Amino acid sequence: MALLEIRNVTRCFGDFTAVDNVSISIEAGEFFTLLGPSGCGKTTLLRMIAGFDLPDAGQILLDGKDMFGTPPEKRPIHTVFQSYALFPHMTVADNIAFPLKMAGTTPDEISSRVREALDDVRLANFGNRFPQELSGGQKQRVAFARGLVNRPRLLLLDEPLGALDAKLREEMQIELINLQKERGVTFVFITHAQNEALALSHRIAVMNQGKVEQLDEPSRIYGFPRNRFVADFIGKISIMNAQVLEAAPAHLKLSVAGLGEVTSPTKENVKMGDTGVLAIRPEQVRISHHAEEVELKNHFIGKVQGFLYVGDVTTYIVELPNGARIEALLPNSAPGRAKFFEAGDPVAVSWRHDAGTFLND
Amino acid sequence: MIKGDNKANRIAKWLVSGPPLLFLLVFFVAPSLIMLFTSLRFPGEFGGLAPIAAPAGAVHGEYGLTLETYQFFFSDILYAEIFLKSFAVAAASTLICLIMAYPLALLIARSEKRFRNLMVLLVVLPFASNFLIRIYAWMIILGPESVFSHFINAVLGAFGVAPVTLLFSSFAVLVGMVYVHLPFMVLPLYTNLEKHDPALLDAAQDLGANAWQRFWRVTWPLSLPGVFSGSALVFIPVLGMFAVPDILGGTGDILIGNLIKDQFLGTRDWPFGSTLSIMLTLAVLAITGLAAWLARPAAIPEK
Amino acid sequence: MRRSNIWLWSAAALAYAFLYIPLLIVVVYSFNDSKLNAEWVGFTLSWYVALFNNQEMLTAARNSLIIAVSASFLATLLGTMAGLAIHRYKLKFLPVLVFTPVAMPEILLGVALLLFFLQVLNLTLGMVSIIIAHTTFCIGFVAIIVRARLQGMDESIFEAARDLGASPWQTFRLITLPLIMPAVVAGALMSFTLSIDDFVITFFTKGVGEPILPIQIYTMIKVAVTPEVNAISTLLMLLTLTLIIIAAKLDSGILRREAK
Repeated sequence: MALLEIRNVTRCFGDFTAVDNVSISIEAGEFFTLLGPSGCGKTTLLRMIAGFDLPDAGQILLDGKDMFGTPPEKRPIHTVFQSYALFPHMTVADNIAFPLKMAGTTPDEISSRVREALDDVRLANFGNRFPQELSGGQKQRVAFARGLVNRPRLLLLDEPLGALDAKLREEMQIELINLQKERGVTFVFITHAQNEALALSHRIAVMNQGKVEQLDEPSRIYGFPRNRFVADFIGKISIMNAQVLEAAPAHLKLSVAGLGEVTSPTKENVKMGDTGVLAIRPEQVRISHHAEEVELKNHFIGKVQGFLYVGDVTTYIVELPNGARIEALLPNSAPGRAKFFEAGDPVAVSWRHDAGTFLND
Repeated sequence: MIKGDNKANRIAKWLVSGPPLLFLLVFFVAPSLIMLFTSLRFPGEFGGLAPIAAPAGAVHGEYGLTLETYQFFFSDILYAEIFLKSFAVAAASTLICLIMAYPLALLIARSEKRFRNLMVLLVVLPFASNFLIRIYAWMIILGPESVFSHFINAVLGAFGVAPVTLLFSSFAVLVGMVYVHLPFMVLPLYTNLEKHDPALLDAAQDLGANAWQRFWRVTWPLSLPGVFSGSALVFIPVLGMFAVPDILGGTGDILIGNLIKDQFLGTRDWPFGSTLSIMLTLAVLAITGLAAWLARPAAIPEK
Repeated sequence: MRRSNIWLWSAAALAYAFLYIPLLIVVVYSFNDSKLNAEWVGFTLSWYVALFNNQEMLTAARNSLIIAVSASFLATLLGTMAGLAIHRYKLKFLPVLVFTPVAMPEILLGVALLLFFLQVLNLTLGMVSIIIAHTTFCIGFVAIIVRARLQGMDESIFEAARDLGASPWQTFRLITLPLIMPAVVAGALMSFTLSIDDFVITFFTKGVGEPILPIQIYTMIKVAVTPEVNAISTLLMLLTLTLIIIAAKLDSGILRREAK
């Protein structure tokens, strides 16, 4: 039995459907992420799991029990808020002790558990400080400690890293993974940052306009986006209009308008004559000066339109004869060299037959 | 708001809002309605009110409800004059307050952050002294024997002008009104000016605006909401004020407030006093509406 | 900028002088050994001595204190409730009722309450009617302060409490109440000052019984000005100044342990 089961949940605010018939089941011990742009319904879904909001239709079950009539304080689910929501009039230790006190834990037990929790987040000497005397990262760790101290069945994390600067965020990501592994608590994490989702999660549900667009492991979400929204939202991708010429069990043969034929990995529910786009990641595209050098069957010729040097890699934008643009990513392995191609250079772009995805319209 | 606690919520809602609601219904709404009702009655023979129903055996006298007091109000030009004068005093006080408060508010808003609270406190602090004392202070300053009066008359004398009495005059009333209400103008102005982005002025300067143009084209239009709310906060209380003219004014400086006060504590004509109060209420409502309309978000290009 | 600052500074200095010189004069003359508020004759404390021998004045001060304490207690209780209710629930009627008495000229509330007490309640005007009247207009001030504080707070704090296992009542007792306490105290002190200060509404609802401080001062000003007025004024200023300092101390003490 899944730990948390969301069954056909719908939530409307007036005419606006924030969450539209969503079903997700989350296993115990999982690091699960709800990913989507702001307004996609991920926060509303999180609030319904926590108990701050109730579904208009559908059910939310924890350990098989419908949570509908259970107020937030009675759910074995805790939340780490985006703003941390630390109580400003309590010390760090009192903040962490709060859920234990509410649960009626004995004072002795409370003090030992609080000490433990402070140690776990490397804040052993900060127990008597007030939240406003802490840095952003420290506040963050107190919020984690407070959410975990009472050993909830589920910890909800509402964009908890959003307020931190880039460097600190990376540190906290690693800390978060370790914390989750050590405690074995199930995490439901929400974020709009795709790289964060890819880095942290066991599974990701990509949400858009109240619906789940794709639910999968990070590598499959990235590698095989199910539709254009997911492809666009996660990472960079180049897109060319295409039509299916042949849908074989092992591969698809596509005709790219005005350019020619290519092969791409097969996909469910695609049949001959379907129109759509061929989507391909920049790092899967190779780029060479002459078409003769290309060994791969999937290749087109084009002209370098421009490039972006960002240090570790350079992205080249290549314009194809039909007007489509394709991006190619090249690592800058030669020190001090920013580019291998100049704008205006005629080039050939190519990719393996198992790269790229066909997306139906 | 947590959606789940519907029932408990409803109980809590009434527990929290019930007592103040009830108190204000009884001691604010009911009295206001009584005042309206009183304005429609006849005055009693010896002050107060005549009964609504004629007592048994009464042969003459006036009973029941009437609009007579309203007719009376509109029939005598004297009352219209007093209302107009009150409006004029309120307008003048508001304008003087604005002229005095604006530079002060601007200075506070442009001072270093750590000084701002202290500077605001210094504006509010005189308010902590008793209202009557603040008026009384001007009795001393404007009194015929005061240093200030002597100085003014010496200056006037040098120009060959006959000496003047400052106390118990319209001038004294105006000074008192401004003194008592000045912080009401400073605070909303400051609250507004403090929010202005200093980069706007840099941008204006960068684009070629001189100091005056920067004020007139940038600061002033952006501060209009503060100007309107400050003006309402000064204008409305001045309109109903009776203590300042009562203490600092002469016999000719009667305003609406004094007129109302006299009906209740002098001539004891309750219905007419109520009518005057209703007219004052209407004036206040009109002013509030005007201020709200002027300061409406659509009228001011804010942000 | 630099040059306009000089203009601003002089205008502001004038405004500050305008605010403070009159009060300073009152204080100075309270120590002047002359019956007239004109020439400086010499230092004396005799006006204070006279004040403390003035039985009626002492009774008035006691009455005013009783009124201010009772009215500020009631207003703080009801105003805190109103502030909480207005912030938390979507109410249409209550905000109008709470904020109108603050916004309208005091004389209107005075007149309305006078008529109400005499006609409807048949109440003999006196301490009780004054306490009720003061409570009515102080509720709004307390509610404004409490609501402002609630508006400045992060709503998720209250959700966090529920999330971590606190019932609605525990959330109120352990989180909401401690957090709005500075505003409640500020509201109480403000109500106290407003009440002890109020002349207009007191004037209408006082009746003919007990002496009340502002009325007593008014009578002295109107009938026979003696420097005793300066003395009582100085003492009152001292009282409110002390209250403000206490409020500031309390507030900064609590502020130090607070977010933002």
